Amino acid sequence: MKKHRVLSWVAVTSAVMLLSACGAGGGGGNTASSGGGGGGGGNVIKIATQSPLSGGSATLGEAIKLGAQLAVEDKQEEFKKLGFTLQLVPYDDQADPKKGVANAQMIASDQDILGVVGHLNSGVAIPSSEVYEKYAIPMVSPANTATQVTDRGLKTVNRICARDDFQGPAGAQFAVQTLGAKKIFVIQDKTAYGQGLADAFKDAAQKLGAQIVGYEGITVGEKDFNGVLNNAKAANPDLIYFGGLYAEGGLIVKQAREKGLNIPILGGDGLDSSTMVQIAGADIANTYYTSVAADVTKTDSGKQWADRYQQKFGKPVESYSAYGYDSAQVLLKGIENAIQANGGKKPTREQVRDAVRAIQDFQGIVTKVGFDDKGDNKFANVYVYKFDGQKYPGTQVAAMSKQS
Amino acid sequence: MKQGMTRLRTRLRRPRTQAVLLAAYTVLSAAGLAFAGPPIVWFLLLLASLLLLYYTDLPGAVKWVWAGVVVAVLLPVCASTGSSFESFMEVATQMGIYVAMALGLNVVVGFAGLLDLGFIAFFALGAYTYAIFFSDQANHFIPGHHFPLPADLFWLCLPAGLLVAALFGVLLGLPVLRVKGDYLAIVTLGFGEIIRIIFNNLDKPVNITNGAIGISSVEAPRFFGVSLSFPHQFYYLVLALLALVLYAVRRLEHSRIGRAWKAVREDEIAAQAMGVPLTRTKLVAFAVGASFSGLMGVVFAAKQAFIDPTSFTMLESITILVMVILGGMGSLPGVVVGACLVTLLNIQLMPELTNWLNTLTTAGVIQFPSALSPSKMQRLIFGIILILFAVFRPQGMIPSKTRRHDPAALAKLAAEWQAQTGGTFRAGVRPADGQDATARAPGHGAVTRAQGQDGAKEGATL
Amino acid sequence: MIPQLLHSLPQVLVDGVTLGAVYATVALGYTMVYGILELINFAHGEIFMSGAFIGTAILIGLNSAGWLGHLPKLLVLLLTLAVAMGLTGLLGMGIERVAYRPLRNAPRLIPLISAIGVSFVLQDVVRFIAEWRTGNYIVTGVTLYGAELNLGSLTVKTNTLIVLGAAVLMMAGLDLFVRRTRWGTAMRAVAQDKDTAALMSINVNRVIALTFFMGSALGGATGVLFAQQYGTIDPYIGFILGLKAFTAAVLGGIGNIRGAMFGGFVLGILEMFASAELGPLTGGVLGAEYKDVFAFLILIAVLLFKPEGLFGQAVKEKV
Repeated sequence: MKKHRVLSWVAVTSAVMLLSACGAGGGGGNTASSGGGGGGGGNVIKIATQSPLSGGSATLGEAIKLGAQLAVEDKQEEFKKLGFTLQLVPYDDQADPKKGVANAQMIASDQDILGVVGHLNSGVAIPSSEVYEKYAIPMVSPANTATQVTDRGLKTVNRICARDDFQGPAGAQFAVQTLGAKKIFVIQDKTAYGQGLADAFKDAAQKLGAQIVGYEGITVGEKDFNGVLNNAKAANPDLIYFGGLYAEGGLIVKQAREKGLNIPILGGDGLDSSTMVQIAGADIANTYYTSVAADVTKTDSGKQWADRYQQKFGKPVESYSAYGYDSAQVLLKGIENAIQANGGKKPTREQVRDAVRAIQDFQGIVTKVGFDDKGDNKFANVYVYKFDGQKYPGTQVAAMSKQS
Repeated sequence: MKQGMTRLRTRLRRPRTQAVLLAAYTVLSAAGLAFAGPPIVWFLLLLASLLLLYYTDLPGAVKWVWAGVVVAVLLPVCASTGSSFESFMEVATQMGIYVAMALGLNVVVGFAGLLDLGFIAFFALGAYTYAIFFSDQANHFIPGHHFPLPADLFWLCLPAGLLVAALFGVLLGLPVLRVKGDYLAIVTLGFGEIIRIIFNNLDKPVNITNGAIGISSVEAPRFFGVSLSFPHQFYYLVLALLALVLYAVRRLEHSRIGRAWKAVREDEIAAQAMGVPLTRTKLVAFAVGASFSGLMGVVFAAKQAFIDPTSFTMLESITILVMVILGGMGSLPGVVVGACLVTLLNIQLMPELTNWLNTLTTAGVIQFPSALSPSKMQRLIFGIILILFAVFRPQGMIPSKTRRHDPAALAKLAAEWQAQTGGTFRAGVRPADGQDATARAPGHGAVTRAQGQDGAKEGATL
Repeated sequence: MIPQLLHSLPQVLVDGVTLGAVYATVALGYTMVYGILELINFAHGEIFMSGAFIGTAILIGLNSAGWLGHLPKLLVLLLTLAVAMGLTGLLGMGIERVAYRPLRNAPRLIPLISAIGVSFVLQDVVRFIAEWRTGNYIVTGVTLYGAELNLGSLTVKTNTLIVLGAAVLMMAGLDLFVRRTRWGTAMRAVAQDKDTAALMSINVNRVIALTFFMGSALGGATGVLFAQQYGTIDPYIGFILGLKAFTAAVLGGIGNIRGAMFGGFVLGILEMFASAELGPLTGGVLGAEYKDVFAFLILIAVLLFKPEGLFGQAVKEKV
């Protein structure tokens, strides 16, 4: 009996092993080949992406990954000339900080990975970046807007998008000055992103003289917002501000219109997605959103790029597709600079990290990039869009840059 | 031929042969981990050697020492030659944390039979206890700039987290004492969610937990002057704590309270009739289970340097439950194996499988839709494990050993008793020498009649 | 503040009653199964969610086939309801057969664990079917009745009236069935005492299967109505809603069909009230984000102080 049991356990364990071996063979097998030591060996250079490929914001996470993929493919030739093969290793952080950290450790253990494009959720980026900092892996974020991401002063953390303490006030400025709202009702989704943005908006709007007639929280995953909206209706505001993501934002817009609240609704970049239009349907009119992502189709080269993206992946361009592309491009430029500074040899992670931070003047497909000493992008802008009918993306109605 | 097989089998039964074979296997996998690749295979093989160790006939003390050597010395040393050292240490540390939590839940579910679905709340409490006082957070509600506390006080926070969690375990247990079975599960689920929602919203009126934004820049602890920041350092800390937890659980299991738990699990009313103090037993179960979670929560917060309420969802509670069910409710080695397997699945195997499929897709070999990617299938896999094990193998992979009493020994005891007192042996009567009555009752499996909630149904009979 | 409260009260009531109708019909499924098997069917919330997805899938299919415009809306709705009810009923029966029947004599913990497992499996299966077909698991369906009525300060959607009407019809229908038909009497007999019912030549297995079919069909129909009411659904709506519906069932008295209906409406109104008024009442300290906590607290309070619910009878457990 015991022998049978032992045999069956050996069988189970071998099966488990086989499963992981094929995984290891494909993904982590390179770990074995570079098992010896530092990054000096081999001529494979990899960059990793960490974004939520499952979960409520999968549309945006997937867009970041695909953008980075396109960048890697575009740069293949250039790197081949330098003698290196370029690879992309996508990771799914599932918007879960623990997964992000565990993935970060795996990324750190693969010596060929010289940089990370990620994340989407600031709550995942923060602990993961602690790991990156330990191993000197530079991270370029296309979408993390929370202030704490760069405020900690880590050398490896950079972002090309604007911060919430810029996006919030920019939204407030638009609401109070352009739309003329005097009484504003604020709703936020009690996540790090939504609350941070709503708070930044609230403070700025109050400073500009508007009255905040309500500040309510909702839960992510909720479908029925009648309670909060009844409250809003009773407060009779001129504008509703929503800090949160498109899954709830779309429903709030829809249900608000059903209640007869036809006032403008303003949101943040979490509403910047085609699913927002899908959910809200015809009620989307008179809805605005600020975004740290510019409309890539505004320029000709951008339009061409968007068409190429659509052709290759069969999906329409999302807001962060272009930012994923530019983040990867910036990272690759840093790697390139580091290679050249290193005399054509594969650089170390520290060299790449410093090279990336040193980038001051990079023109990407959708934004210009230059990092300041904290890793924020000096040229980051905030754009305001309006949804005109059921079309995504909305029409850009304003652009605010830091200089103004 | 048959004779040869029998001789082989007898020789295999000899502990010395087993020890030699196992040693050879262990050394081989350790060497593979150190020098060959791919490392994950050897890592798993080395861990499997521990499982094989469990099934050998070596004396108990030898097994513990052997396991200790493998886990504390062999594993880290051999893994350190590769570049994925820290990655494996991270996986091993997370496994250690989950093993301790699963052991805690095992006390509540496996020993005492109380299905607690909100178990992650205690983990959250421990984590927040550390994070609030060892970061800037406490300055928000305690005036003066005393925080963060110096990192050397970390060792003080470990028992603090344990006590806080135990306290809340008792507080949670008090109202649910009267609730049974299914209702207990729902109520504990409700409590778990309530605690998470409260943590998510406790940033006004007084900012205690910083709400959804979470607490970041939590200090790294210092242990005798060494700052713990790398996974391999936390690995040793977790190992030490896990040793303590294992010791505590083993002692508790074979103590009076352990037997009281099992009695309550089998049949509450009979246990009460036997003089088992129901309230105290259940509360102690909750407190003990919670305290292990709280302890590991402190370590988790220290390791991650950032916590927010999204790490403490119901899915986590169910994950730990799956570990206990998969391993075997009430069985120590089972729970350890279950916890290790599920953690490995989650952290290592699923992402690796997904990566492999991704590389195949980008290389154009197959067109794998991302909807079916394995790392998203966590719930499906857990659900299937739960159903399969519930229907086909409810005792888990390594069932708990119920003490079997064979009739001959029982008859001998009866004769002794008769000789001693001149009375007839009746099961359940306390003998004069003070042996525990439950130990004498014939080994008795699960209760056959399900217990219903008070007042829910007419005519509930036993 | 009080005048503002009173002013918004009618709207809160209307919204609360709608929500309550959803809770009530889902609670029926829980209460029926508990009455017969003394098992909390954790998967019932997921059956509700499956109904919502099936309904949405049918409507999207009809829409893309171009038939939606040609058929009268009521017919489409009835058709969708019928198909969804049939399919979810079968799903419920299947779950009972596979995950609960083998465990009928097992200790209490085991079927509960099996139920949790089923719940998880359903969530993920629906998730990946939805994600595979539409690229995103949040699915927006076609709303049949999108119009609104404005009665003074009240805005009532046409769909709300449909939800209410359908819920009342279903509850009345179930009540009639249980009280007036032979199968209904058989169900009540099995709920009272399984073994004696078997001795009375009632086919217990069949009755249990029928109970599951009916409870799940009702849940599925509610799912379709829910999808119509809110327009967008995702695979995780079943979980929290299931818990709250279970709270409603307990509030009314588990095993008691009329109690479940009452409990559902009460809970819906209380929750809507909390969601709308907690903020103003507590001056911003507690807001709408605590409405789930509110529902859970009601559950805990009921189980602690009056476990038999409002309409149940306290029964002593005989040893």
